[in-house]
Amino acid sequence: MCEHGPMIFSVHVDVQLRPGIADPQGATIERSLPTLGFDGVEGVRVGKSIRFTIEAADEAVARQRVTDLCDRFLTNPVIEDSTVELTAIEAASA
Amino acid sequence: MSSRIGVVLFPGSNCEQDALEAFTALGASAEVLWHGDATVNGVDAVVVPGGFAHGDYLRPGAIARFSPVMSAVQDFATAGGPVVGICNGFQVLTEAGLLPGALQKNRGLKFICSMVEVRVESTRSVLTSGTAEGEVLRIPINHFEGNYTCSPETLAELQRDDRIVLRYVDNPNGSMDDIAGICSAGRNVVGLMPHPERASDALLGSDDGIGLLTSVLEAAAVGV
Repeated sequence: MCEHGPMIFSVHVDVQLRPGIADPQGATIERSLPTLGFDGVEGVRVGKSIRFTIEAADEAVARQRVTDLCDRFLTNPVIEDSTVELTAIEAASA
Repeated sequence: MSSRIGVVLFPGSNCEQDALEAFTALGASAEVLWHGDATVNGVDAVVVPGGFAHGDYLRPGAIARFSPVMSAVQDFATAGGPVVGICNGFQVLTEAGLLPGALQKNRGLKFICSMVEVRVESTRSVLTSGTAEGEVLRIPINHFEGNYTCSPETLAELQRDDRIVLRYVDNPNGSMDDIAGICSAGRNVVGLMPHPERASDALLGSDDGIGLLTSVLEAAAVGV
């Protein structure tokens, strides 16, 4: 009925070390697994999970802003990559 | 008039007093530059000291690079001013893009606090001009994230342009190519993980850092 207003999006950013970058934490966890009886687990990589909400006109704008945020702040592009999940949760209150 | 050295203080810095003391003992006038002030106050050289700026949250240096003082440090460096980042300061300078690469967690996941030997690989920088190539210095390290890494292209560029200024004699942390310190293309910005300010008096176990600190003072005296 009313004009489409700004939206609020729930965002989950998953930060991982880029392939080929050594991950001492992941390697240490992996080495400890057999002593706990967990065999056959390989490729352990430790990252960060960052959640927040963002207000934007639409999903494309929200995604663009989050991508910019990841490039400039949430990741160090020299060693890290990120993937972004974005879900509309509600229209922002006027 | 003695050179004026500005030592940046972030919330969480913890080596600023050591740096102030070491430079003062060498005859310089050293002062604190508060991170919230967007100025370097007309100093002749800037030191970004060790510690845990902004708690090292997110990544070491990630938040510090957005402190107001860093835009002034950026301008100062661009104008050719001497800038030295020690330990956490090195991490801040890489995050700020003043130096290439990044510092990862140490191989072996140990926080390392010990005296190490580093070899001077290039004397063409504001930190090493007063030392001799091949000279081995005993200087302490004190870090968890000192494992230098960069792309193969960046490493080739650093090697080609003689920008690796210090290498570990016995690599303690997994650093690529044994790198302990590098400089910028302009050679006026240097980052290193070892702490020369903690090797500035025989009473501290070594005074091998003095040659590095006096190099900075000489660069400061020349002016921008």
